[in-house]
Amino acid sequence: MTPAAIEVEHLTKRYNDVVAVNDIGFCVRKGGTTALLGGNGAGKTTTLSMLLGILLPSSGRITMLGENMLTHRHRVLPRVNFSSPYVDLPHRLTVRENLTVYAHLYGVAGVRGRIATLARQFDLEDLLSRPAGKLSAGQKTRVALAKALLNEPELLLLDEPTASLDPDTADWVRGMFRDYQRQTGATLLLASHNMSEVERLCDDVLVMKNGGIVDAGSPQTLLARYGRDTLEEVFLDIARDRRDGGTVRR
Amino acid sequence: MTGRTPSRNAPLFSWRRVYAIVLRHVYLMRGSWTRLAETIYWPLINVVVWGFITQFMAGHSDWVSRAAGVFLGAIMLWDVMFRSNLGVALSFLEEMWSRNLGHLSVSPLRPLELVTAMLLMSLIRLLVGMLPVALLTIPLYHYSIFTLGLPLLAFFINLMVSGWAVGLAVSAMVLRYGLGAESLAWVLIFAVAPLCGIYYPVSVLPDWLQTIAWWLPASHVFEGMRSVMFDQGFPLAELVAAAVLNLLYLTGAVLLFLRIYHVARVKGLFLGMGE
Repeated sequence: MTPAAIEVEHLTKRYNDVVAVNDIGFCVRKGGTTALLGGNGAGKTTTLSMLLGILLPSSGRITMLGENMLTHRHRVLPRVNFSSPYVDLPHRLTVRENLTVYAHLYGVAGVRGRIATLARQFDLEDLLSRPAGKLSAGQKTRVALAKALLNEPELLLLDEPTASLDPDTADWVRGMFRDYQRQTGATLLLASHNMSEVERLCDDVLVMKNGGIVDAGSPQTLLARYGRDTLEEVFLDIARDRRDGGTVRR
Repeated sequence: MTGRTPSRNAPLFSWRRVYAIVLRHVYLMRGSWTRLAETIYWPLINVVVWGFITQFMAGHSDWVSRAAGVFLGAIMLWDVMFRSNLGVALSFLEEMWSRNLGHLSVSPLRPLELVTAMLLMSLIRLLVGMLPVALLTIPLYHYSIFTLGLPLLAFFINLMVSGWAVGLAVSAMVLRYGLGAESLAWVLIFAVAPLCGIYYPVSVLPDWLQTIAWWLPASHVFEGMRSVMFDQGFPLAELVAAAVLNLLYLTGAVLLFLRIYHVARVKGLFLGMGE
């Protein structure tokens, strides 16, 4: 059996009376790509935030890359990275300056060489001297991904990685993820609304709703279970509490 | 694989990560002449105004004429405390304004490393802002604060540390209550200005206020400064008192910041933070 890169047990996050994530548990296989799928307010970002340690759970346990995240977070973080279109890099710093700062933060060896490699890989060479705030959405995404791969993470957490990208750029980004995973054997966990992306990229899907995990399995398993042709239809079935192509379970 | 983080051991404290944060702010200063100019502008204006006041008062006041630099020295030393507070708080506010705290808080950077970087940036901003101004007073007003000699270094360090403590407390409040609290960086420190005897001896204050004033490290520093200027000797007792109080307040401020950092992780304050 493939060992787990992430193991989550009885994870709960409460804000006073509001339960954002309710007693969830799951495993993410090492070297695989897993999606956290769910609508707005399902608890995806809260779950990702707890995995990253930016948010402390009310209860439960998270083990990442064999370490307890609640007690040894700083042993794990140099081996992990994160990308989200909703978290900016400093706008006034150039792309090169931003990447240099983060390379030092992640303890990357050979900073200049690594930045040069990533700049070639992500077609950033002409952008290195431009302030990050003056880039287009697509360019910002490429820079954010370069930042996310600076330390060649064993585990990459992605929050809606292709949001606000045109289909061509989004497809290119997905290709980069696949290449990176093939080359390094890294584990990818992504939170997404984008069903076709999940279908194309992911080996496993965790479906979240109202702070809980309501279903899980490979995209093929879920399609078969719900008798649907696309994950979008499965998503709508779950969002509307339907099973078997139309029965509403309210 | 050139880029992979070489060690899987996590040092409790990494100077390289501190350097990364300092580098980030140096890049920012270097790339923005307005920020650089602002660092020097206000200390310069202060010194120009108080330089003329000193020139006027020297001819009208026996007290000022006995120590011509008493006001100029005071305003420069007060600026050390004010600017060091601002230097810490601005470094933190820059992360909030640029919505970068999310990235930093999921990176291997530890809170104590962030604090250390903020303190170092405060020192850099202080030197960039104050050193040219201190040198300018020599040709402009024929007064050199460097004539205070070795005690100047002790005054400088004590006031800088006092400013750090206030700046860290302000940063903690901004982290806890958001950017609505950012004006504290400019106003909070002025709450102690009337008490710490910048331009007048602490003995001028009512007895009950004097009791409070002696709990402020800056009061001891400014009394010490006047002691040196009026040839009353090296103010060892004042400096020791200031150092002990500073140690107390800085420790308290660091602990407060670390505590609020923890609270931010519990309450999810790092999520969606920014302008």
